[in-house]
Amino acid sequence: MANTYTLIASNTVGSGGASSIDFTSIPSTYTDLLLKCSFRITSGGFNYATLTFNGSSSGYTARYVEGNGSAASSGTATNAVVLYNSSTSTTSTFASTDLYIPNYAGSNYKSVSVDTVTENNATSSYADLFAVLWSNSAAINQLTLTAGLVQYSTAYLYGIKNS
Amino acid sequence: MTNAIEINCATGEVIERPLTAAELTQREADAKAALDAKAADDKAAADKEAKRQAVYAKLGLTADEIAALA
Repeated sequence: MANTYTLIASNTVGSGGASSIDFTSIPSTYTDLLLKCSFRITSGGFNYATLTFNGSSSGYTARYVEGNGSAASSGTATNAVVLYNSSTSTTSTFASTDLYIPNYAGSNYKSVSVDTVTENNATSSYADLFAVLWSNSAAINQLTLTAGLVQYSTAYLYGIKNS
Repeated sequence: MTNAIEINCATGEVIERPLTAAELTQREADAKAALDAKAADDKAAADKEAKRQAVYAKLGLTADEIAALA
């Protein structure tokens, strides 16, 4: 049972914004990874930042359930799984996401649980749960999130051990 | 907003650099794929609901009866 959390690295986007946040050389010394994100972009509409491991854009399959304030739905996805707020969201609010990767350094395919919600002072706001499979046996040593992020978007990467 | 932020977890070094042409292309392809997948799911859900409503109409159910089935 994982019971220790260690902050590996974090980043707060600066005044120029950023198109991606890329954690490289992730150490393999933990059992699990946890990424906590707070994201907002400049343009309109709700959508998703994409997640990639080790620079690979293939091998991702996902299932999700979603509520949007008026209806519930479910479906399939690939690696676009991290919600962000946008210009249609309440000013200065950010979407919040937890992304958990157990056994990230193992030699089996990798599973990822994503709990992601937008924040909006209106009826329309999204809450999604994703179950993601990355069909690749390589140990994860790089994690990239891609979206046109505004200043003060943040990402915190934690390593988790069982002792 | 075409800069990438790289954080080296081993050294703590943070580098901000322009995206490469390949990264820009991939970024656009990923965004389009995500939008297409979402649109397909939304259409499938709308089609299913339309079929459900058509069945209710054929059966001649009242709104209260449809609500009771939900």
